[in-house]
Amino acid sequence: MRWMTRTAWAALLVAGLMSCKDKGASRPSNEILIGEFASMTGQTATFGQSSHEGLMLAIDQVNAAGGVLGKPIRVITEDNRSDANEAVTAVQKLISRDHVVAIIGEVASKRSLAGGGVCQQYKIPMLSPSSTNPAVTQVGDYIFRICFTDDFQGGVCARFAVKKGWKKVVIFRDVANDYSKGLTAGFRAGYENAGSVVAEESFREGDNDFKAQLTKIKSAGPDAVFLPAYYADVVKIVKQARELELNVPFFGGDGWDSPTTLAAGAVMDGCFFANHYSPDDPRPAVQSFIKAYQAKYRKTPDAMAILGYDAGRVMADAIKLAGKAEPKAIRDALAQTKDFPGASGTITIDERRNARKPAFVLALKGGKTSIADTINPE
Amino acid sequence: MHDLIQQLIIGLSIGATYALIALGYTMVYGVLRLINFAHGEVYMMGAVVGFHVTNLIARWRLPLWVSLPFVFVTAMVACAALGFLIEFLAYRPLRNRPRLVVLITAIGVSLLLQNLAQMWFIFGPTPQAFPPLIPQYSKTFGTPPNTITISNLDVLSFGLSVGLMAALAWVVLRTRTGLALRAVSYRFDTSSLMGINTNRTISFTFMLGSALAAVAGVVDAIRYDVKPLMGLMPGLKAFVAAVLGGIGSIPGALVGGMLMGLVETLVKGYLSSAYADAVAFVVLIVILLVKPSGLFGRYVPEKL
Amino acid sequence: MASIASTSHISRPRLPVWVINSALVLLIAAMWPLHRVLAENMNPYYLRILILIGLNVILATSLNLINGITGQFSLGHAGFMAIGAYAAGSLMKYFGPTGTQSAIALPALLAVGGFWAAVAGLLVGIPTLRLRGDYLAIATLGFGEIINTLIVNTEQIGPFEIGGSSGLHGIPIRTDFFWAYAAAIVCVASVWRLAYSAKGLAFRAVREDEVAAAAMGIDTTYYKVLAFVIGAFFAGVAGGLYATFDGNLAPESFRFMRSIEIVVMVVLGGSGSVTGAVVAAAVLTYLPEQLRFSNEWRMVIYSLALILMMILRPEGLLGGRELFRWRRRMAIPVVPADSGPRGT
Repeated sequence: MRWMTRTAWAALLVAGLMSCKDKGASRPSNEILIGEFASMTGQTATFGQSSHEGLMLAIDQVNAAGGVLGKPIRVITEDNRSDANEAVTAVQKLISRDHVVAIIGEVASKRSLAGGGVCQQYKIPMLSPSSTNPAVTQVGDYIFRICFTDDFQGGVCARFAVKKGWKKVVIFRDVANDYSKGLTAGFRAGYENAGSVVAEESFREGDNDFKAQLTKIKSAGPDAVFLPAYYADVVKIVKQARELELNVPFFGGDGWDSPTTLAAGAVMDGCFFANHYSPDDPRPAVQSFIKAYQAKYRKTPDAMAILGYDAGRVMADAIKLAGKAEPKAIRDALAQTKDFPGASGTITIDERRNARKPAFVLALKGGKTSIADTINPE
Repeated sequence: MHDLIQQLIIGLSIGATYALIALGYTMVYGVLRLINFAHGEVYMMGAVVGFHVTNLIARWRLPLWVSLPFVFVTAMVACAALGFLIEFLAYRPLRNRPRLVVLITAIGVSLLLQNLAQMWFIFGPTPQAFPPLIPQYSKTFGTPPNTITISNLDVLSFGLSVGLMAALAWVVLRTRTGLALRAVSYRFDTSSLMGINTNRTISFTFMLGSALAAVAGVVDAIRYDVKPLMGLMPGLKAFVAAVLGGIGSIPGALVGGMLMGLVETLVKGYLSSAYADAVAFVVLIVILLVKPSGLFGRYVPEKL
Repeated sequence: MASIASTSHISRPRLPVWVINSALVLLIAAMWPLHRVLAENMNPYYLRILILIGLNVILATSLNLINGITGQFSLGHAGFMAIGAYAAGSLMKYFGPTGTQSAIALPALLAVGGFWAAVAGLLVGIPTLRLRGDYLAIATLGFGEIINTLIVNTEQIGPFEIGGSSGLHGIPIRTDFFWAYAAAIVCVASVWRLAYSAKGLAFRAVREDEVAAAAMGIDTTYYKVLAFVIGAFFAGVAGGLYATFDGNLAPESFRFMRSIEIVVMVVLGGSGSVTGAVVAAAVLTYLPEQLRFSNEWRMVIYSLALILMMILRPEGLLGGRELFRWRRRMAIPVVPADSGPRGT
């Protein structure tokens, strides 16, 4: 019966090779193909899914209004399983097999860096909705982002701390997270002269118990604690801090933004965080987004969702501006984005392909946010 | 000094959870010589079940003395059933196969549960806070800034752990099923010759261990939050705890769990929190090199 | 029990060794024109998958040596890969060789990466000598996690950048089809010849029954550590290839899940079968790409497949035998012999 296995293997091999015969297959020209690479599964699936939902809402709205240049936009989404190597494969597939004209991605800076290399190599414009590491747009002139960078945001937090008169601050950062690392660096740069960092403690993303470190922080007697981390950890940390009678204000960055933080209610009172937008922002763009998102997905959007939404709209607008669905033209159009009325703020892409947006500092009280400060880019 | 006492309290509170999970590992290893890799996921499922149940009964506004035990018991029953299923479907067919095969299967079950939990119809990938069930308050002693704080959840966790262990000890030492459990741990083949239904005993062991893990899961869910990957690290640390205490030994699991909690907290508090997770594995390697039978285990020489 | 005493399992090739070696060199050389052809004509996405298959072949084969052939259940293979990746990647970024320089630099740096991974293999192998199956698995898992923690907390070692939690970016991309498959051929050939030599018998003896092997005069310590060192070396080489192929490294790519994926390849192919690992690596790299639409369910399917495979066919696809019927076929059952819950 050996011949049966042999034939089976041979058939498998042939089938495999056959499916590779796909160089430059003709694409239907009645739609515009955009690629998205996101972490739909894996460790950070929650961010990827949020961002994806926001993006799809934007594209649906654009298509419902007639599409761009008379054609609907189709988004091909590839999952990179929260892995940087997979991100490269996903982007390669989008470019080489699906022949997309532009790419949106990713939430995490590491994966944006990975995918960005490929996009730059093949000259396909890439727009990151929420990667904040400054290095991302330095990969090349085809890489853009519509959010601000870690150093800007860290600086915003520092300026706010100075304004509030907090002279002694403890930094409690997430050692396994590059977002936290970037924000800390930005914060230190802005705060170093105005006040003193009396201690720096760390934890690992996903840890549950922080009381050991919080006890140490309490002994250091700070005026406030800088907590540049993601919302899941933030809520637990503040809760445990209050349990330990550490009642000073905690403050952080846009990673705090999530319905979970608001749902935590009174325990978060007296805390602040920098963000791209505020739900209290009366601008219709914000309010209509929130309504539309809730209508479609039956839940409240978080920061990733709103940035994904804006990324989609900015991209659609850039294609329209470009006049043709062609990567170079789209790239140039993206570079010229000016005062775009995004839900997450007015977006202008600067010469370093980062977004110049004002940052809001939001205060938490009773499960609601209010605008404590608005800080504009210098 | 007060800091040290605070850290000790924290460590014991965490350790209590590890102890509960470690008990499951140690009992299953005792009867089957199997590291049930999936045990951490059973802990997680306990939290998930507790989460859903609490949400379900929220509208009935039951008094605390009804809702709290109800949530715990439901989680325990659900996880006992899950433990039974895992043993019956995945481990029993491999009863006589080489250990490595069973180990790989256990890893498979663990992965399966982790990924099923991420499906939207079970829980989803997003961490969620536990719905309000127990009002949390803490009591502070001492004068600021030298204060020591204990929260009611610390007390609950510790109390449940010790209490359940005592109950477990009673079951194992004073009941016939417990006797069967000990017999099967001691000598598998002979115990079946003695008329013990080994299959049933093993199922019972799994169910018992899983129920304990469920309790730990619910407690941690209330204290922290619920997320599908929450079982991975506590599972591994509890395993180290079981080894530390002497795998197969029930008091060993308790002591091991407490010790692991203390070590982890003290490392976080006095050394560096960055390495706290790695410390668990360092402890494991040290124990396995220095005293592989653990604190309370007996050294059983390998007979040929 | 099969007879270990039978010497039909030592490969006594009918051709002189120099002929076989030259054939291997020619095969590697043939990869170069193949590389040029593919680079011109093949869709880059599929070429990438092909190269990834090559890298996974190296990983699976090297793990096979440790897990399948020597029976040491290691769950920390991704840690060795990480060391090789960071070593080679960091040095590559620092020196940044170009053109013909890189033709020499790449293999040299890969070897350096492999070397440091091998050192790690030594450090892991020695303390875990006394541990059996399950404990060994957890201990190696622990080593993997420790390595990951160390990487995350290290920004740089001397002048060489590591990047910590931000990962290492901007590594010059030098790996292509030729290098990947040249390395793969070297790895598979080495492991094959090792497996079917007298040393291979020793490895298998350690796997089957350590006590009996020791009684037979085999230095089990030496062979166990050797398996770890060689396996780790090739894992490090694969890591270096990854680093110089993607240009980016992130510490979370080298954790427990990665190790599990490699273990699945080895187990699926049939532990102990060299060609089995190769086939499984190819299938398990290619299939997920074709089945991208089912990504949500991918891990669920993976784990179910793992469980079902263990229950229904634990010896894997090839069951410890090799794909091609060379003159000698392995007849020793490859699943380690300590059966039953008591190891009776």
